Amino acid sequence: MGVEEQVLARLKERFPKLLLESASVRPGVGRIKIDRKDLVEICFYLKEELGYEHLSCISAVDWKDRYECVYHFTRYSDGSMFQVNAIIPHDDPHIESLCKFWRSATYPERESYDLMGIVFDHQPDLRRILLPPDYRFFPLRKDFPQEVDRQYISRRKLKTGGA
Amino acid sequence: MAEFWVNMGPQHPMTHGLWNLRIKVDGETIIDAEPIIGYLHRGVEKISEVREFQKVIVLTDRLCYVSSITWSHAYCLAVEELMGIEIPERGKYLRVISLEIQRIASHLMWLAAFGADIGLLTMLLYALRERELFLDLIEIMAGLRLNSNYTRVGGVRNDVPADFEKSCQRVIAHFLKKLDEYQDLMENSKTFLMRTQGIGKLSKEDAINWGVTGPNLRGSGADVDLRRTIPYEVYDQIDWEPAIEKDCDCYARSIVRMREMRESCRIVLDALKKMPPGPYRMKPPRRAEGEAFRVTEDSRGEALFYVAADGDDRPYRVKIRSPIFCTLAAVPQMMRGHKVADVVSIMGSIDICVGEIDK
Amino acid sequence: MSGSLLTPNLVGLCRSLTEILLGIVKAIFDALSLPGVGSWFVSPGVVVFFTYLIATLVMVMWAALVNLLSVMWVERKLYSRIQDRRGIMLGVPWPWSKKYKRGMTNLGWGFLQNIADGVKLLQKENITPASADKLLFHAAPAIIVSSTIMVFAVLPFSENFYYTKVALGVLFVLAALSLGPFAIILAGYSSNNKYTLIGGLRAAAMMLSYEIPLILCVVAVVLLSGTLDPFQMVAVQERPLMGTIVPSWNVFSPPQMLGFVIFFIALVAELERIPFDIPEADAELVEGWTTEYGGMRFGFLFGFKWLRAFAGAGLLVILYLGGWNGPVFATVSVLGYPIPILPQEFWFLLKTYLVVMVIIWISWSIPRVRADQVLKIGWNRLIPLALLTILGAAVFKTMGWF
Repeated sequence: MGVEEQVLARLKERFPKLLLESASVRPGVGRIKIDRKDLVEICFYLKEELGYEHLSCISAVDWKDRYECVYHFTRYSDGSMFQVNAIIPHDDPHIESLCKFWRSATYPERESYDLMGIVFDHQPDLRRILLPPDYRFFPLRKDFPQEVDRQYISRRKLKTGGA
Repeated sequence: MAEFWVNMGPQHPMTHGLWNLRIKVDGETIIDAEPIIGYLHRGVEKISEVREFQKVIVLTDRLCYVSSITWSHAYCLAVEELMGIEIPERGKYLRVISLEIQRIASHLMWLAAFGADIGLLTMLLYALRERELFLDLIEIMAGLRLNSNYTRVGGVRNDVPADFEKSCQRVIAHFLKKLDEYQDLMENSKTFLMRTQGIGKLSKEDAINWGVTGPNLRGSGADVDLRRTIPYEVYDQIDWEPAIEKDCDCYARSIVRMREMRESCRIVLDALKKMPPGPYRMKPPRRAEGEAFRVTEDSRGEALFYVAADGDDRPYRVKIRSPIFCTLAAVPQMMRGHKVADVVSIMGSIDICVGEIDK
Repeated sequence: MSGSLLTPNLVGLCRSLTEILLGIVKAIFDALSLPGVGSWFVSPGVVVFFTYLIATLVMVMWAALVNLLSVMWVERKLYSRIQDRRGIMLGVPWPWSKKYKRGMTNLGWGFLQNIADGVKLLQKENITPASADKLLFHAAPAIIVSSTIMVFAVLPFSENFYYTKVALGVLFVLAALSLGPFAIILAGYSSNNKYTLIGGLRAAAMMLSYEIPLILCVVAVVLLSGTLDPFQMVAVQERPLMGTIVPSWNVFSPPQMLGFVIFFIALVAELERIPFDIPEADAELVEGWTTEYGGMRFGFLFGFKWLRAFAGAGLLVILYLGGWNGPVFATVSVLGYPIPILPQEFWFLLKTYLVVMVIIWISWSIPRVRADQVLKIGWNRLIPLALLTILGAAVFKTMGWF
């Protein structure tokens, strides 16, 4: 059995009802999809029991009907990685912060909050990191206009206020 | 003197890029530090959602302009994983050669900036002089010196000329002699040792917890080189050794980078010998669906690209994980208790490139 | 030993020149039939006044024009060559050189570049920050410039090329050079800027702590030479060394070798050069204590650093390296005056420029030392060694060995 299949088997036996989807991406890499409320339990298990000591990345994706927070973990002893997709409903973008387990989560969580607007509960320092602190929008959301959608307003129109 | 906050930057001659570091000083000692970034935010992730897969390479090149081929290559790996294609052998070898030459150029840029920060202004000119030779090699390969737009989804853009191996051997032979000289200049200089030994200590457990990767982690004694732990391209077929140092201070990180330059030279010569003839590029499909991620060892650490697509010919979401972005979080811990003059030593030894932090 | 070029001495030459000029003025006034005014012009008081005026002009121009530009040129060319490039090349090319094209200015040996930089600084706006303390802000460059040029009033370039003979010459030079930290604190404080304040205080701390080994080494030299007068100090070093033909420069005696090294290190620290460059470390505090200065005021602060280097090197040469001693290889007779081929000024300038070149060489090869490490070196290492030098010098003097 490959490394990631062992990991998936242990996860399935420990949390049988919480895994919405599980798959093996490629040799050494496994993937599961969970709901946001089970995040802390599963990540704690990954860190303590299964030895995934390095949190590589926290991504936030805006599918039109849900948000997904994607976590990537690495285990240096055998080079295996693991991906956790946490589903967040669109109208309530809150999820638990992982800062107490991996201190490397602070900056990526701040970035996800800044660009996508996902609020991480119990994060010690949740504020904007890349954009100015008084910026009012979350640019990476799909309802923020793209560069090809935005109208080009000429300077003459800006001055005269015309159409 | 009372404690007050001092701003180093954003307009500063030697902070390697446009960012602000606020340090709280009490006399000469640093009590706290807070990096403030975002001055160079260009919205690369947002723009790449409206470009086709191949056209995003122009954007990812300019993420970290000092070490650009490594970033485009990470993106191409993620997209190839998404599309499920496998590129020909010669393409892989060519990619490895261009990556390693770019790594040497990036480390030479680090050496130039670090020497100038420490006060050894001659090192700035010596390292940039050697970097010119490697930029010439990249120009022979790719046509441009910086931001060369060389990798493509499916391979590389063009093949190398027939006498490329001889040029590489000549440049590397000359460079290794000069590298001995520069390593001598730095190691035998008592002032350099005084400035960097014992400064900016970050233990191995702390480093892994804070998400530090790359030469910074290897300087703290962890045997982690992503080209060996999670091999990609043809790194498992080439004979090389990662560089690891035990003391966790600025000096160890500098030595790691010097040794990495030597190892990169070895990899380039070995890959040139082992490169098979044949095609170097294949045509990728136009549309893709699903999600994929790949991890590579960039010059500064672990670069991770997560690409999600929904069946269109452009990505739905591109997420860029920058190594220095996560290392910056560990910076206040490295700086507490040291003097103001150590800020430049620590920042120089971390090798910051603001382009990849701010995306 | 070599003789001097200027005979009888600088003031004497200026006096002759003044008498000629005032004679012409008197003749003009006599021709205009105003004999009273004419004879007033050649009265002793006026002659002495104009003599010293011309001598001052000559000395200031020699120091601040010829030597400053030369030291700047030497520094910029030398460090460019260390960095494997040609350096400043703006000069007037020979019109008949093969590569000459009209308007090409990068063919010369670079002497015009410094003048061009000076002109650029002159035509810039002199900005004074609104919240700066105006009196101190304007006074600081003036103090640095005047204290540096004061040194040249007392520092002789040869037996005859001097402005005045002061019995405590070396003490006067040290006192003038130590007005530097005072002006630096003034500049840093009056700019009303956190960074300049930090820079100024760091500079003051460093320079004050390196004055002490400097002066202690001078004490050791004075023990052996028995005098503070630069002329007698050099004369003492002219004797042959214990039966050989080598002159007994102060640096050849063992305690003075140690003293030479310590004096050299303390001098590099006094001049704020890398490796002791923390007051103006541009990686940390932009320009340090000169951040708020612009235009020619900055030019003064920046440029007179080199003149202080020259003055400090001159002092080093007089104390340790035998001043203007050197062999004369031939003497030519011009108008009855014997003119040596290699006069004493030549040897003095040669030694001084060699010392300046060594300082430049060290500056551009070594990283910067941190502020607290600088103070640790100064207090923990240099001062005990300087005291050891004095002890050694005292032992040698009582034993009569040197």
